[in-house]
Amino acid sequence: MKTFLKNQWARLRRLEEPVLPLAAFLMSLILSGIIMALCGYNPFEAYGAILVGAFGSLRGIVNTFVQATPLIFTGLAYTFAKKASLINLGVEGQMYMGALGTALIGTLNLGLPACLHLPLAILAGFLFGALYGGIIGFLKVRFGSNEVVAGVMMNTIATCIVGYLLNGPLLAEGSVSAQTERVAETAQLPRVFSQYQLSYAIFLAIAACIFVAWFLNRTTFGYELRAVGINAKASETAGISIAKVMIIAMCVSGGIAGLAGANQVLGVDRRLINNFSPGYGFNGIAVAALASDHPIGVILAGTVFGLLSTGATELNRTTSVPVEFVGVIQAMVVIFVAAPLLIRDILHIDGKRRNK
Amino acid sequence: MNAIEMRGITKIYPGVRALDNVSFSVEQGEIHSLLGENGAGKSTLMNVLYGMTTPDAGEILVDGKPVTIRRSAQAIALGIGMVHQHFMLTPVMTITENVIVGCEPVHGPFLDRKKATESVQALIDKFHFHLNASARVQALSVGEQQRVEILKALYRGANVLILDEPTAVLTPQEVGELFSVLRELKAAGKSIIIITHKLRETAEIADRVSVLRAGVMVDQGLSAAGCSASDLALMMVGRKVDLSYTRRSKSVGETAYQVQNLNLTVKGVPILRDVALEVHKGEILGIAGIEGNGQSELIEVLTGLRKPDSMELVKDGLPLSGKTAAFLSAGVGHIPEDRLVRGMIGPMTIEDNIILGYHRKKEFSRHGIRRKNEIRAFSEKQLTDYQIKAPNVQEKCGSLSGGNQQKVVVARVFSEDPDVLIAAQPTRGVDVGAQELIHSRLLDLRDAGKAVLLISADLDEVRRLSDRIAVIYEGQIVAQGSYDTWNEMELGLLMAGEKAEKEARP
Repeated sequence: MKTFLKNQWARLRRLEEPVLPLAAFLMSLILSGIIMALCGYNPFEAYGAILVGAFGSLRGIVNTFVQATPLIFTGLAYTFAKKASLINLGVEGQMYMGALGTALIGTLNLGLPACLHLPLAILAGFLFGALYGGIIGFLKVRFGSNEVVAGVMMNTIATCIVGYLLNGPLLAEGSVSAQTERVAETAQLPRVFSQYQLSYAIFLAIAACIFVAWFLNRTTFGYELRAVGINAKASETAGISIAKVMIIAMCVSGGIAGLAGANQVLGVDRRLINNFSPGYGFNGIAVAALASDHPIGVILAGTVFGLLSTGATELNRTTSVPVEFVGVIQAMVVIFVAAPLLIRDILHIDGKRRNK
Repeated sequence: MNAIEMRGITKIYPGVRALDNVSFSVEQGEIHSLLGENGAGKSTLMNVLYGMTTPDAGEILVDGKPVTIRRSAQAIALGIGMVHQHFMLTPVMTITENVIVGCEPVHGPFLDRKKATESVQALIDKFHFHLNASARVQALSVGEQQRVEILKALYRGANVLILDEPTAVLTPQEVGELFSVLRELKAAGKSIIIITHKLRETAEIADRVSVLRAGVMVDQGLSAAGCSASDLALMMVGRKVDLSYTRRSKSVGETAYQVQNLNLTVKGVPILRDVALEVHKGEILGIAGIEGNGQSELIEVLTGLRKPDSMELVKDGLPLSGKTAAFLSAGVGHIPEDRLVRGMIGPMTIEDNIILGYHRKKEFSRHGIRRKNEIRAFSEKQLTDYQIKAPNVQEKCGSLSGGNQQKVVVARVFSEDPDVLIAAQPTRGVDVGAQELIHSRLLDLRDAGKAVLLISADLDEVRRLSDRIAVIYEGQIVAQGSYDTWNEMELGLLMAGEKAEKEARP
């Protein structure tokens, strides 16, 4: 036990995973608690309510994973691009396009059995997201445009396209709100418990994370992608086509984001609803940060963020603590993870910053 | 009295004793050479003195008084100045502006330009630096820029000057000028510490020598006059090294790699002009030249990394074009000039690095899946073959010493048995031991009938290994001939752009 702690402490000194994100998370809880106390609220009451809300009942647990599912997908999407040193801020838009692709196939009555229709609808989500992400990669490689700027712009375009289609061509008959028809029975993702929204997509999300971890480590392309991400010049010297790697990385990242949309359409809402996302795409960045860009870590980090947003409902219901504090906690996590040196300073770890 | 005395300095990095109870002293008015292989701890020791590294134990005395130096500013205040290997100058500004930055003479809120120029010029004249304080740095030669760096330290009142590998970027003539500047400074009572691994220069300029090996001071304050180069090499490496070892080609074959009509313009500036080179089988063609005369671009063009404006490239009678991957699979090996930039991926493991570029070969990849066991076995074999010092093949490449990193790069290229090898700075910044190994492997490859193009800023290396030498100056091949056509001084003049007086022998 003692040596274990010593080892973890040494890892923290070197700012290594997984101790660093954990420390960042704990510290953000403490600091948020202090802020709450300063504002006159009881932090213990608040954290208690969040825990009860998220884990106190089967409903809470299920909702935690319902919230976690899209975050795991978007977090994984961001992580994948990051491995090739690409900042994919277009996850939100790719998720919308994925949802659109899924809805187009899912709402069709093709007369196919579920074992074909459902995979086809999911695949459509992946492909739409992949194509949309690929555009950003292409723009970067071909015209040298910054993927961050392009990604943000493409988000707006995607939400506008989906918004237009839902208010016009794809609007469900007789519906007053902007949404498509219900997804055909054969394309619906089955639910784990009949009375809750949690679908089997959560397992798909977890499997995707494990697959990506394997893919990056064991495939030749995963190796090239990591090489390009760390040292593009050395990769170029080794005859690796940086352009190809970057475009494919953006495609796969967009495809994974598209799966978040597919889950929403096939598993949660059972139709495509305008503005269905409360910012899953952007929260995915926070998830990836907490996961230190590790695909397996994304499963845990996504669950933590799912827990926080589920707990927020309980917080709102049973205490006077404003629900915005959950946002404060999330923001703190990102700050601490993004600024590892800050943690070291707070913990008074004797650093070797000057030694380079 | 000693100007600097360091006692019992110890610095421990995770897993390594970078400095182990090292003592070092420098007298007033002497030139002291600090010798050691890469990774021996020379730079760490000097960084301790200059306040860039905090030691774990030990004390420092300046002029006999104990001091603590935690930041460079404190070192400067104590009269310690450092001239880094890579200059930190602003090209568009004048010498004066570069020298005074950070401690400008002011007149109220304004910069006192006149006073600044006068005091800098006074300093220049005092030490006979032969510079004009109002000249812009971009117009200066490398040697002159180095003098500006020295001026910067002197302007800040440096009594002790630390020079990090000062001759690495200079031509033989410039080295001579630097040495006369250093003697001038010594005469004025300054103490000078030269960090180097060049033995000949140590013998020429230094009064005393200290040798570090693996963080331990092997010999401290030896009189330079009494040491031969081979004595020093023995101390540095801990075993006997043959530094003059070479052999010439016995049989030169037909042309293996031929480039003609090579022109390259970058942003309107001609970088390479009408370059024509020919490397034969069983021959090392050395390119001599001062850095920045188009060598980097030449390497990039000849390895497919850069597309020139025009070029006819023929390998073994067949035209070669395309991107780097095509060059690699055609059997053109490449040792990049800067291993940290193009040669390796530091955060990746040795086994990942040792197959980089050849990772798609059947041995290492099947159906797009990496063949872990084969890669492991291959890497372990290379580790032994090339005497790479690392705990195991899963060690991160970036944590190895410079020499071992370079051995990883060399092992990668050589294990592919390339027909043509572009070897750029193959032994830059590596220790004597690694240098010996790399040189002998280069000669082995040549003797096996392969063509080697050697591009190096180290003139000794070019002269020692090459069968033929070509001199590049401002993007043009200004002279070509057999290795013994010119002596060192004549080559130095050619590299500096003087016309060849001798007709090159074929």
